[in-house]
Amino acid sequence: MTSYELVPLAVLASSLLPGLIIFALPDGWVGVRTSLNVFAAIGKLGLVALLLDGVAAGENYGVRYAVLPGLELSLQADALGMLFITLSAVLWLFTTLYAIGYLEDKPRRSRFFGFFNLCVTATMGISMAANLFTFFVFYELLTLSTFPLVVHRGTDKAMKGGTIYLAYTLLGGTALLTGIVWLHHLLGHTEFAHAGIAAALGPEYAGQLKIIFLLLITGLGVKTAMVPLHGWLPQAMVAPAPVSALLHAVAVVKAGAFGIVRIVYEVYGVEFAQSLELLLPLAIFASVTIVWGSLRALFQDDLKKRLAFSTVSQVSYIVLGVALFGPIGTIGGLVHLVHQGIMKITLFFCAGNYAETLGIHKVSEMDGAGRRMPLTTLAFSIGALGMMGAPLTAGAVSKAWLIDGALAASMDWAVWVLWTSSLLNAAYFLPILWRAWFRPVPVAWPEEHIPRHGWRETAWLLLLPPLVTAAATLAAGTLSDSDVTPLAWAKLIAEREYVGRSVP
Amino acid sequence: MNEPLIDPLVWLILLPLAWATLAFVLGPGRGGWLAIAGLVAQCWLAFNLAQQVSAGVAVVHAVGGWGAPLGIDLAVDGLSAAMLLLTQTVALPLAIYARSYFKASDPAGAGFWPLTGFLIAGMNALFVSADLFNLYVTLELVGLAAVGLVAAGGGAQQVAAALRYLFATLVGSGAYLLGVALIYGVYGTVSIATLLPLVTNEVPRLVWIASALIVSGLILKTALFPFHFWLPPAHGGAPAPVSALLSALVVKASFYLILRLWLGPLQSVLPAFGWLLALLGAAAIFWGSWQAIRAVKLKRLIAYSTVAQLGYLFLIFPLLAAPAALQAAVMQAFAHGLAKAGMFAAAGVLIKATGQDTVAGLAGAVERLPVTMFAFALSGITLMGLPPSSGFLAKWQIIQAALAQGHWIIVVVVLAGGLLAAVYVFRVLRLGFLSTPENVTFTPVSRVLEWSAFALAAASVLLGLRGVELIQLLGART
Repeated sequence: MTSYELVPLAVLASSLLPGLIIFALPDGWVGVRTSLNVFAAIGKLGLVALLLDGVAAGENYGVRYAVLPGLELSLQADALGMLFITLSAVLWLFTTLYAIGYLEDKPRRSRFFGFFNLCVTATMGISMAANLFTFFVFYELLTLSTFPLVVHRGTDKAMKGGTIYLAYTLLGGTALLTGIVWLHHLLGHTEFAHAGIAAALGPEYAGQLKIIFLLLITGLGVKTAMVPLHGWLPQAMVAPAPVSALLHAVAVVKAGAFGIVRIVYEVYGVEFAQSLELLLPLAIFASVTIVWGSLRALFQDDLKKRLAFSTVSQVSYIVLGVALFGPIGTIGGLVHLVHQGIMKITLFFCAGNYAETLGIHKVSEMDGAGRRMPLTTLAFSIGALGMMGAPLTAGAVSKAWLIDGALAASMDWAVWVLWTSSLLNAAYFLPILWRAWFRPVPVAWPEEHIPRHGWRETAWLLLLPPLVTAAATLAAGTLSDSDVTPLAWAKLIAEREYVGRSVP
Repeated sequence: MNEPLIDPLVWLILLPLAWATLAFVLGPGRGGWLAIAGLVAQCWLAFNLAQQVSAGVAVVHAVGGWGAPLGIDLAVDGLSAAMLLLTQTVALPLAIYARSYFKASDPAGAGFWPLTGFLIAGMNALFVSADLFNLYVTLELVGLAAVGLVAAGGGAQQVAAALRYLFATLVGSGAYLLGVALIYGVYGTVSIATLLPLVTNEVPRLVWIASALIVSGLILKTALFPFHFWLPPAHGGAPAPVSALLSALVVKASFYLILRLWLGPLQSVLPAFGWLLALLGAAAIFWGSWQAIRAVKLKRLIAYSTVAQLGYLFLIFPLLAAPAALQAAVMQAFAHGLAKAGMFAAAGVLIKATGQDTVAGLAGAVERLPVTMFAFALSGITLMGLPPSSGFLAKWQIIQAALAQGHWIIVVVVLAGGLLAAVYVFRVLRLGFLSTPENVTFTPVSRVLEWSAFALAAASVLLGLRGVELIQLLGART
């Protein structure tokens, strides 16, 4: 085996093996478990850096393996996959740190971290999958390994959330599988390729290909939480904060959105999808989700649920960008895949901090929280402003590219959708900020767990991750022209997907 | 001719007979170690045999030097080598499990080792027999040993279940024997190889009647819906190791026989029954899953899941024109064999630990018995047909074969069946994830039990990552 084959496997193994070992560890072995977690996360970052360097230079990292004759598990590190891998690997490190702080002295930690590692493994597999079969294998693994995390608390309410989550995702998985098997039957393979593979079929297959597209997008739309398939996401908020942060803001919903990107660009090919008239319905589907999610977020008093509906809305920005025919929209959608991840994880970290430190779970309890927890609230404010698309944040960059993309594709109505969403974002985030910073501190907090120590308003492991991701939100917004930002990488991907067209 | 010193064909039958007899001589409840040692050797033989068949070596043995048509021929092709492999690899972990499951003085385990030995000898003989009458004898041996195992529990319910099972198995093999007699009357031979060129498209009405008798007898023994009535009480009521053996292996024996006749001597007659069997298979999937979803007792749930999973095996009959269909059937037999053995074994641990056989009694089991619940979950993944398990590969192949022949309805049934399986599997798992109620105590359980269940369940999932060899074995031309 060459190193080109080993590195993708090592990326998987760097969370799979620690996960399996952690299952076997007694709960009390905090030191061993923590070092295993942290070293694995750092080791994975190193491997990802190696891959990034290679992929940027045009090298080919990949490994294939036959499960049945004619059916292969195939992993390949390409530019698009690296975008998602890098995002997950970086955020995994911070979420691991956060989770170590969050779960201190709580029961069933080994089980939690074991499944947590399996989830990350699944995300890595989804990113590197080189055909739809492999994608599906890891996609379902993600469903299975998140279930124990959603029901982690073991209460009846958690069970209800978990059951709804399963019902949605297993039904979605079945739709996805139907589409994949059908496509495999027509084409004889489902390998991803830059200009797509479906165009190889003659025009007489157009009808079938449209139905397959519908099946695939429905299956992926469940995890992407597109309206009306989004019902599981607010329910899944019963999970502990690190799970909501990494999985429901980043890994799970992004797995769906990432799948849609793959389907449009590398299975159908964007030009062919446009010629089948599939992109406009997809754009409308995304726009409805964007507006509906924001509207529902307005009326949620539960902080995590408000964030969840905000996720519903924001993840569909990615889908909208993908559905805007043209490289500018593509760049906007892809860059938002990363930017939304950084911003939303910041917000969820902060929500977890409020709950863990002061027992605040509701927006109406947020009065004066900024005085008691200024650093957390600062991070929260940066994340929230980013979501609204305020200047100097990552959100502004995504929104600018998306709007330009919509104009370039002459879909002016999409610009209105984005502006409406921004207004609604402001309408549901600004009241929280106002309460936190300007309302007086209440006599007593709902349930104060962690007392203040000097400048440390909460445990430092809980404080550090949101501050770092908030700083990243600002960095992505202000340094967007440099060569090492998500934007630069998104441009690289667009160049490779739009073969032979000029990319800004 | 170069006769190898150890002919695996013969030894695969003689070894279990030998340890069964020795166990009988040693007395009730004894002989477990012998059985395990024998099964280790059998596993080695079965692997060896599979390798030879895969490499294209023809393996035929004429008992006593008398070949067909006078004597008894034993023959092995890819299909029978695969079934032999499945039988030995499932039986070995179950033997290890059973040795620690039955305490020395446990009356339920008194006849376990001799009966299991005869059962396995019968199954191995069935897979290598090359004539219809010989097949009848082995079928009867398997059936009687299985009834004995169910009755060994000794309780009134178990004896009732065993009697019902005895009735079903006798009627089933009776019908089969009658059909064979008719065929002998028409063609004057029962050798599969001799019959093959004789049975053409133009067959007398008597052969049609014979085929109908044979098929109905065998589906009764395979517990295909609506002939499944005997299975849930028998499999749900027996001790866990027995349930596992019966559900994982015994029902596959009569299925194998249908498949063997379908692909062999009766290939011009049986395809007329294809859609009927597939229809019953689909009904089995829905009815079995529905009953599993409603079941109160854990082992009943698993037994009904067997009814449903057997349905998939029958979906392939209208598709057998494509090679993928046979591959799908064998993959499903492996997937279900390993997973169901693992699941019954896990259920046995759970029942020992909680002291009750109800689904509701499992609250908190994930925390107390993580290995066992993991085993249950892994088996469940295979039964639901989720990747990366062998159950997924089986479903993938059924769907591919169905699509290639344009039979959409089968695709729909397979996918819907997977979702229904998810309902009953997660019904158990979600209860397990609940926090442990305070008034519940779990009795400690031997680790051997937990880990042998886990090994079976893990094997059912891992096979999903490596199906190539199995397919090669099936495609081997001998």
